[in-house]
Amino acid sequence: MPRAQVTPIDSVQREELERICTRARRRILRMIHAAGSGHPGGSFSAIDIITVLYQRYLRFRPAEPQWPARDRFVLSKGHGAPALYAALFEAGYYDDEEVLLSLRKMGSPLQGHPVMGKLPGVEMTTGSLGQGFSAAVGMALGVRLDGLESRIFTLLGDGECDEGIVWEAAMAAAHYKLDNLVAVIDHNRFQIDGPNATIMDLGDLAAKFAAFGWATTEIDGHDLDQICEALEWGIALQGRPAMIVAHTKKGHGVSFMDDSNKFHGIAPTDAELAVALKELEGPE
Amino acid sequence: MSGGAGAAAIPRPGATFGNRVAFGLALLDEGRRNERIVALNADLSGSTKTSTFAKEFPHRFFNAGVAECNMMGMAAGLSTTGRPVVASTFAVFATAQVLNVIRQSIAYPRNNVKIVATHAGITVGGDGATHQICEDIALMRVLPHLRVYVPADAQQTYQVILHVLRTDGPAYVRMGRIDTPVIFDHDYRYVPDRVEVLADGDDVTLACCGLLVEEGRKAVTLLADSGISAQLLNVHTIKPLDVAGIESAARRTGRVVSAEEHVVAGGLGSAIAETLAQRYPTPQRFIGLRDHFGESGEPSDLMVAFHLTAADIATSASALVAERDART
Repeated sequence: MPRAQVTPIDSVQREELERICTRARRRILRMIHAAGSGHPGGSFSAIDIITVLYQRYLRFRPAEPQWPARDRFVLSKGHGAPALYAALFEAGYYDDEEVLLSLRKMGSPLQGHPVMGKLPGVEMTTGSLGQGFSAAVGMALGVRLDGLESRIFTLLGDGECDEGIVWEAAMAAAHYKLDNLVAVIDHNRFQIDGPNATIMDLGDLAAKFAAFGWATTEIDGHDLDQICEALEWGIALQGRPAMIVAHTKKGHGVSFMDDSNKFHGIAPTDAELAVALKELEGPE
Repeated sequence: MSGGAGAAAIPRPGATFGNRVAFGLALLDEGRRNERIVALNADLSGSTKTSTFAKEFPHRFFNAGVAECNMMGMAAGLSTTGRPVVASTFAVFATAQVLNVIRQSIAYPRNNVKIVATHAGITVGGDGATHQICEDIALMRVLPHLRVYVPADAQQTYQVILHVLRTDGPAYVRMGRIDTPVIFDHDYRYVPDRVEVLADGDDVTLACCGLLVEEGRKAVTLLADSGISAQLLNVHTIKPLDVAGIESAARRTGRVVSAEEHVVAGGLGSAIAETLAQRYPTPQRFIGLRDHFGESGEPSDLMVAFHLTAADIATSASALVAERDART
């Protein structure tokens, strides 16, 4: 990956980002625990990337969520909703902890999967995998048509790449030379039924997207410096869409969840929550 | 509904004209007035008549290739940037192929996408059952938030297209392949969401949509020859259904024959029956495909084979009138 024009983060910035990521992990666990169901594993594998996006790169106005010139983030892996909700909370779209803990409850703007129009900042309704990526391609066409500098960011799961629409959309994004589109794959190597390699071998995702006409790079999706570098590379890229294959770990950040598929779709028990919050201690 | 240059190109009653051609004209006219409109297609821009728009506004036209799911997903994304988006392909690909994309990305979030489908129904003809979707009205009607239109002729199609392009929210517009008789003249004014009473009568209501409206017109004449006074409704809007208009018709005649180029399960007839069962239970007969797929053939032969003609409508209506007479 070309590394020109990257503004490295200094240690103060890195520590601040780390604090926010840890805080977000605590919030994710608390909201899923309160809901009694949800997807902690895939929220944790994605949260560092989503946090860096909202904290450093996305241009948005929480008080004016429909600002036409905003950048947009589409969580195509909609089951990572708690990570998105934690990031939107941290980004200032809402500030009520009670709302945060209303995840998956009747009447809550925090639906089990993200729903546009329910919570400001949610740009697309997602949950059925692959569709968010396709919609992101449409958004990139739309903002370019309007002559806006806006960029579209989207995050996919690796299991999501089993879906045919992902490859239809990948072809279209390259065909239309959407260099205002930056996609990230949260490659935690697991899907619900087991490891990708066992369920449906994805092969070399970066090579596949490269063959579809994308510029690609691979990073450690929990290394904040690498996340920043890769996003800056994707933003600066001309003439092609950018794909960042981020190697991540499900449940990363809590010892008994780390790199395990056990917490794909279940809430932590009271005891597990207590242990996890202890491990994730830090300033609010 | 003000027309445009295209509306004048549609011939007057007596001629035949393609509804899909009228769609192409309306899209071009409205596209000239509203520069926000964009159109998508899935490698069928010639057949769906969006190619004239594409030629005049190449930067506002996007071909998805043979990838209908992605076309619908892109349409949803494009619409969030504040513009009406028209997504067109054959009806089988515009509905059954992509149902869950419409459901999650278009209907549920009320995205401003107009799904304009051509080549619906058995009169697709030679391509056969793979392409003759007769289940699309049902598939689209069950999706919350989605409006469903089945215009009867070219003039009405033109005005329905203008209507959906000028109103926010998701909509499905169904058209066939073949040229069909022009029913409405140049002074026609489409009134949204209201059934049209094309013939007044007391004995039985014929509630038709699309191509079957013309068959209904002929059935009215056939029935009159046997002394039965039939009322003809053009139900161009399946959803939202004009429940007051349907109920008022049922109260007047007490008998309904619904007719559609579609399976009887879940289509126009079902929508009417659901309404009347609750508001004014009325004996009803259903003209449409039973539990069948179509097959290759000439459209006119298929209409006969699958009992979709004026004679079929008249026979059902006569039987219904006779039943009621026998009971009273």
